[in-house]
Amino acid sequence: MDYGTTFIILACVFGFFMAWGVGANDVANAMGTSVGSKALTIKQAVIIAAFFEFLGAYLAGGEVTATIRKGIIDTSLLDDQPDLLIFGMLASLLAAGIWLLIASRAGWPVSTTHSIVGALVGFAAVGIGVDAVKWGKVGNIAASWITSPALAGIISYWLFVSVQKLILDTENPLKNAKRYVPIYIFMVGFIIALVTLIKGLKHVGLHTTGPENYAIATIAGLVTMGIGMIFIRRLHFDPDADREFHFANVEKVFAILMMFTAAAMAFAHGSNDVANAVGPLAAVVGIVQSGGEVAQKSAMPVWILFLGGIGIVIGLVTYGHKVIATVGTGITQLTPSRGFAATLAAATTVVVASGWGLPISTTHTLVGAVLGVGLARGIAALNMTVIRTIFLSWIVTLPAGAILAIIFFFTLKGIFGQ
Amino acid sequence: MARKSTIFSMFGQSPVRPLQEHIEKVFDCVNELTPYFEAVIAQDWDTAKDIQKKISALEGDADKLKKELRMQLPQSLFLPVSRRDLLELLSMQDKIANRAKDIAGIILGRKMVLPEKLHTNFTSFVSRCIDTVEQAKVTINELDELVETGFKGKEVKVVESLIKKLDKLESESDKLEVKLRASLFKLEKDMNPVEVMFLYQVIDWIGDLADRAERVGSRMELLLAK
Repeated sequence: MDYGTTFIILACVFGFFMAWGVGANDVANAMGTSVGSKALTIKQAVIIAAFFEFLGAYLAGGEVTATIRKGIIDTSLLDDQPDLLIFGMLASLLAAGIWLLIASRAGWPVSTTHSIVGALVGFAAVGIGVDAVKWGKVGNIAASWITSPALAGIISYWLFVSVQKLILDTENPLKNAKRYVPIYIFMVGFIIALVTLIKGLKHVGLHTTGPENYAIATIAGLVTMGIGMIFIRRLHFDPDADREFHFANVEKVFAILMMFTAAAMAFAHGSNDVANAVGPLAAVVGIVQSGGEVAQKSAMPVWILFLGGIGIVIGLVTYGHKVIATVGTGITQLTPSRGFAATLAAATTVVVASGWGLPISTTHTLVGAVLGVGLARGIAALNMTVIRTIFLSWIVTLPAGAILAIIFFFTLKGIFGQ
Repeated sequence: MARKSTIFSMFGQSPVRPLQEHIEKVFDCVNELTPYFEAVIAQDWDTAKDIQKKISALEGDADKLKKELRMQLPQSLFLPVSRRDLLELLSMQDKIANRAKDIAGIILGRKMVLPEKLHTNFTSFVSRCIDTVEQAKVTINELDELVETGFKGKEVKVVESLIKKLDKLESESDKLEVKLRASLFKLEKDMNPVEVMFLYQVIDWIGDLADRAERVGSRMELLLAK
């Protein structure tokens, strides 16, 4: 462990760079729906995103980080060669970061998650040996990349159908919107709090039991609902606005709801995607600090999630807001009543995946959720070419991440190895 | 320039607003027939010529809107309604304007004279046909509300009642057409046969306006039924 400090510094720099990339590129997808539906201004979106991305990363980012850190690679083969794991983790970070940079330049919608998983599998399979990859776990992750958009689509479909039944298709949509939207706001607070609590907040010193979790989540839901009701009460309804389009005032109520789902989405995104940046960093730190122990039994230091959260926020503030600003004219059809259904469905799916430690693509999940609303005949025109782009990004990103990781792995091994 | 994100690029241009703009243009075009026939009855061919030009220009505008909308509806678009039904609806709307242009054109070209005894019946027939087209416009204007509610519930009933009214207007215009033909029949033996032939044709074409407006309504019903 001659270069222990060097490795940690390198890992911090690469990890921070990745976190910056996550904040710069991916957050826009999570927040763009809210800006596009005019529920939030860009400035408000950036503030909400910064706060909740950080909170999500810090409070709920641990499980996925653990998966990236030690769930994909079988470290038992490396007991006497801890250096190799360090090189691999550094190489994966570098590979994923550079691939993301190339892809964003070219305008390809690649996923951070896919890049890092591809990189990890690539370096482990080639650099160490095919047996070093926990294929079962990788299989689960790959399956979750298909099931997560599908699940989000199913949830958003039913959410939107419930909105139709309870609000839009009734005699007095505005009255029903005021009655039922607070309940949806309650759901947002309840679900996010519950999943986060069940997964555990021991790392911030909060120890809770099962029934306590439900009680706290209910309180969290009620508090969010209370805040939402204050906002709704402060709305001004203009009967004239309904003359051209009869649902203008109803959508105002949904815009309030959308603020909360946007926050939930940012939280969910932070909880899942921070791991792509800090998972390998956590692995490097774990090995170095334990003096070459690859098993990594020790808990992850909290400052690592903190660093990741800060990286995301800086990426968002320095560059991400520009991506949010590219909201096209087409997205105006995503009115708050649909936008909320899509974001809430995606946020729920992503948070649950985060709780299970599954690294999934937030963007793809959101695409699934939007399609779900579309299947409920809720959106005037959806561009299906996006599905093809997503498949292409899958096919290209996994090998690209892997090949780059293999190159960097052998380079690092050549520089630092004995 | 930051790259456009995946989610943003998912959303295509909604065809609803362009479709509504198109039928508004079509209605504007048809609505010019009221002053046009006033001028024709008054034998004021200068005014008639000006209005005919206007009708022709509006028809051209509608045509342009139709082409733009078609370009913006590629196969890869996922719509809440069948793409084919939507395109047929558009083409039916467009045919209304085409007919208005035909009517104005043939009357001006032949400087057709309407027998004085037909004037009242003629005017009320024309205005009822224009009402029918207007009702089609009102119906199409509910499309954005239909999309908002996901083609379900109360809004569907609203549209169904609008279509019912459209059908009623069309059948009224049919009755007026029968009446007009009957009064022309009484006069025809004293008139120039060629003139009579063309008069029947013009009456037929004016009836087409209402007929096509009604068909816009039934296309709309198909959209609801999916």
